[in-house]
Amino acid sequence: MAVREVAALDVGVDTSAVTPVRRQRRLGGLFVASVIWIALVGLGAIFAGLLPIPSPTEMDMLGKRALPSAEHWLGNDVLGRDVFSRLIYGGRISLTVGLLAPVIGVTVGGALGMLAGYFRGRFETIVTGGVDVLLAFPPLVFALAVTAYLGQSILNITLVIGILGIPAFTRVARAVTLSLSEREFVTAARALGATHSRILLRELLPNVALPLVAFFLLGVAVTIVVEGALSFLGLGVPPPAPSWGSMIGEGRESLDIAPWLAFLPAIFMFLTVLAFNVIGDTLRALTDPRPGAL
Amino acid sequence: MNASPPETLLAVADLKVHFPITKGIVVKRQVGTVKAVDGISFSVGRGETLGLVGESGCGKSTTGLAILRMLDITSGKVEFEGEDISAYDRGRMRPIRARMQMVYQDPYGSLNPRMKVADIVGEPLVVHGLATDKDKYRARVAELLKMVGLLPDMAERYPHEFSGGQRQRIGIARALALEPTLLICDEPVSALDVSIQAQVVNLFMELQERLGLTYIFIAHDLSVVRHISDRIAVMYLGRIVEIATRDQLYKDPLHPYTQALLAAVPIADPEIEAGRTQQIITGEIPSALRPPPGCRFHTRCPKAMDVCKTVDPPMRERDDGRAVACHLHS
Repeated sequence: MAVREVAALDVGVDTSAVTPVRRQRRLGGLFVASVIWIALVGLGAIFAGLLPIPSPTEMDMLGKRALPSAEHWLGNDVLGRDVFSRLIYGGRISLTVGLLAPVIGVTVGGALGMLAGYFRGRFETIVTGGVDVLLAFPPLVFALAVTAYLGQSILNITLVIGILGIPAFTRVARAVTLSLSEREFVTAARALGATHSRILLRELLPNVALPLVAFFLLGVAVTIVVEGALSFLGLGVPPPAPSWGSMIGEGRESLDIAPWLAFLPAIFMFLTVLAFNVIGDTLRALTDPRPGAL
Repeated sequence: MNASPPETLLAVADLKVHFPITKGIVVKRQVGTVKAVDGISFSVGRGETLGLVGESGCGKSTTGLAILRMLDITSGKVEFEGEDISAYDRGRMRPIRARMQMVYQDPYGSLNPRMKVADIVGEPLVVHGLATDKDKYRARVAELLKMVGLLPDMAERYPHEFSGGQRQRIGIARALALEPTLLICDEPVSALDVSIQAQVVNLFMELQERLGLTYIFIAHDLSVVRHISDRIAVMYLGRIVEIATRDQLYKDPLHPYTQALLAAVPIADPEIEAGRTQQIITGEIPSALRPPPGCRFHTRCPKAMDVCKTVDPPMRERDDGRAVACHLHS
């Protein structure tokens, strides 16, 4: 018997004592740049009131569409309001909505998806059915209905976008949980007598969290764009409060004379969305304990 | 190495595990039943190793999972340490789970990739509320790692930093944490290299000697099973067709299926290999959804008789302690 002969080998010399190799990971310049950009926009949004910039709503009727100057760094808009100040204050709304709305999606959707994927059965049927209904509902009509009945406010817009984001998070969480539940480490935990909550929180959540966080950052990026689109359509925060989307919308009217009025907020939005995507990608790569493996 | 060991640790009687096949989304109707395990009986004595062999899909792993009550038992009895656990619910199984544990086949899938080795090995202690004293807990984890031939300072690492054999050792350490009496090993070495297989099999034998463990060793590799088992049960399509002590089974297999399995094991000697009369079974294992009538093996059996096609041979115990389900031996 081949095994008998090999089995006579000394167990002491096996590979168990060999130290496993640890891999070094490096951060890219793009990641650093993204973090700096988000930090600048974020700090600007938080401390906008303390910064030595003009008011974002004060109109200078003589300085309509003024070119950049020492007083107005990026010039004035159609109504003579300081563009740089409006960009800073606009970041407030974009970031608030952009971060809070996906939080609603990731907590509600993540929890529903995990429970559905773990317990299966009737609960899963109800959850997936509900999610499909929500997906089939036209988002713009939903946003219109909510803002029409409950009024245009940051809270309502956040809620609308947040609820609309739930289905996507539910699907991601459910799909990941389904495949993880088949793995033997979940069987092993069950065989140990672990409770459902322990299996969900200690075994599954750390594994589901990773794709969810990556998806969350993508959600932040998408939400900023969606908020911009809603504001562009006049469904966002009510004027005169600035938001990047509404700035693009207002700038549209003078695209031929002063194109920068639309492009500047567009560039801010583009850079912010890109930065969130870069950070999301890098974080996913960083925290994955198995490089190259799913 | 005794056919009738002194004390029975686990007794399985007429165990059946059937899975319903349903069709339809709104109205579910049952269109069939997969009889993964269909009436098997065996017992394992304390300190003994029972090998469970058979082709893939014959119900070996299902048997293991059913004993642990990870699957619903359709009918039959599982008696563990004198307790009939076949109808126990989740709560009542909890204390039992400390005494029977499982080692899994896939060393990559059986360890949570996001948990440190210390947390994996110590998890059974936490789950059963034995981790109250931090120092004792840490000492126990270190002891367990040492027991399976790993270094205690590996505890702070993640599973992906280890090789397949090392991961399997971590899985064994986890299974041993609660000092179980019965260890169900579901093909614990089939995913490993042959040289590593031998080390892990040796580790199992060493641990058995030190801790007085009882094993149910599930495998499809007959040479591994031969190395570790006291008795061997051969499974085919949800049934046990033959149970015998290792020496009886390898020297004088009674059931034609056992004979065919043994004939298929290559011998590492070209001269003997050339002189062997090969008796190779052909064809696929029939579907457990619609097992053949009569003896389940008759479709592939080289010695099939007319009676085999209609009458299901019962398991018959012989005078020498072995049991076989075959019309040739009744």
